Amino acid sequence: MREPTAIPETTGRFEPKIVAFFCTWCSYLAADLAGISRMKYAPNIRVIRVMCSGRVDPQFVLKAFAEGADGVLIGGCHPGDCHYQVGNYKTMRRYHLLRRMVEDMGIEPERFRLEWASASEGDHLKNIVNEMVETVRRLGPLRLAVPTESFAGEEVRV
Amino acid sequence: MSEPTPAAAKPKVAFYWCASCGGCEEAVIDLAEKILDVVAAVDIVFWPVALDFKRHHVEAMADGEITAAFVNGAVRTTEQEEMVRLLRRKSQFLLAFGACAQLGGIPGLANLWDREAIFRTAYLESPSTVNPKGTLPEVRSRPDGHDLKLPGFYDTVRALDQVVEVDYAVPGCAPTPKIIAEALGALLSGKLPPKGTVLAPDVALCEECPRRETKPDKLAITEFKRPHQVIADETRCLLAQGILCMGPATRAGCEGRCISGNMPCTGCFGPVSRVRDQGGKALSAMASIIDAEDDETIERILSAIPDPVGTFYRYGLPASLLRRKRREAPVEAGV
Repeated sequence: MREPTAIPETTGRFEPKIVAFFCTWCSYLAADLAGISRMKYAPNIRVIRVMCSGRVDPQFVLKAFAEGADGVLIGGCHPGDCHYQVGNYKTMRRYHLLRRMVEDMGIEPERFRLEWASASEGDHLKNIVNEMVETVRRLGPLRLAVPTESFAGEEVRV
Repeated sequence: MSEPTPAAAKPKVAFYWCASCGGCEEAVIDLAEKILDVVAAVDIVFWPVALDFKRHHVEAMADGEITAAFVNGAVRTTEQEEMVRLLRRKSQFLLAFGACAQLGGIPGLANLWDREAIFRTAYLESPSTVNPKGTLPEVRSRPDGHDLKLPGFYDTVRALDQVVEVDYAVPGCAPTPKIIAEALGALLSGKLPPKGTVLAPDVALCEECPRRETKPDKLAITEFKRPHQVIADETRCLLAQGILCMGPATRAGCEGRCISGNMPCTGCFGPVSRVRDQGGKALSAMASIIDAEDDETIERILSAIPDPVGTFYRYGLPASLLRRKRREAPVEAGV
């Protein structure tokens, strides 16, 4: 379900919606650590926990954009540290190609990021999220909806 | 659905084309002598490319009078939209025939542009165009007092099921004689699968590939090659040779026709039913088998894929999750 994009009264500015896929072994734990350490970061990300960043099918990213996300962030373990040995390498390969493809579809590549954060890097994760939220805020809403078309006064005869 | 056809009457069948190349019409003719069996079993009541029935003949029919309408081509103009809505109303079954109707097809790649850009190229800037007055198609014009109308040309190409309800899809660019015959057989025998089914096997092409035995368990690619850059070994898996082949992310049913011609699969049968977005899945399959673990090498290997959208969505951009290149929607339309 799409959430309304109304500008919240509390901030009075565009608040981007960012879907974040975090792997359960590293990035999610980093977010968890940020939380239990009482670090504050922008509340704009909707975290979806996945077993491995390699589980993030490019279809998930496209669907997030198609359904109203202004940005998509994938978080995985650092290269070499994947719990499943090679999952994050697959993510890395897909990311480079997918980023180019979404750019060809008119979506600024800055809206799609892949970042590594280990379980001990709560501070790093906080910075990534804050930075991405600011970047996407500057880019503005994505507004992907395909506009309906009409021809001045010429109704489709059905 | 209307009242059942009387036993004596033959089922009525219609064919129509929208934004397509004519290859799907050829595909029907390619049934060769089998087409005589088809003609013996059905009454063709509408087929603009071959028979002289007009739109008003269809309009005069009762709703649901046509048993099955086969529509090929994507929907690009207002006229095409009107015709498919008309055929939908008059038909018990509406079939998306071929990749353009099913997924948007090659014409759907125009969703990377819009009407203005397409008109500019086609009517003003192409080297062979002479158009000193800069005349562009208009839906209504009055040259010398005549009132002329042309169909409106939408900014966005749509697959058939994005315009009307579709009962079945016959995939392919163009559909092969075998799957056309099977689709007709299913319709005539009444042994129909659930609505919405694509009438082809629901497995990847690799399953029926003639080179299946030569596909390694683990593919590892250090260099992607395009078909014109290399003479491919006629016996080995094309992917194992570094040639981009969409087989792993494409529905089976064509019997590996391109592979038999020593050319890679380009994806015309569309995705299997478990896949929502063919391009995303194909991209995933191809990128994952790159044999590199650092950004620089990965980028270098991927540079051999200069046009990811045209490669992975060759037949299915309108049916993809993003549907078209981003256009800013009017703000009042909301998100």
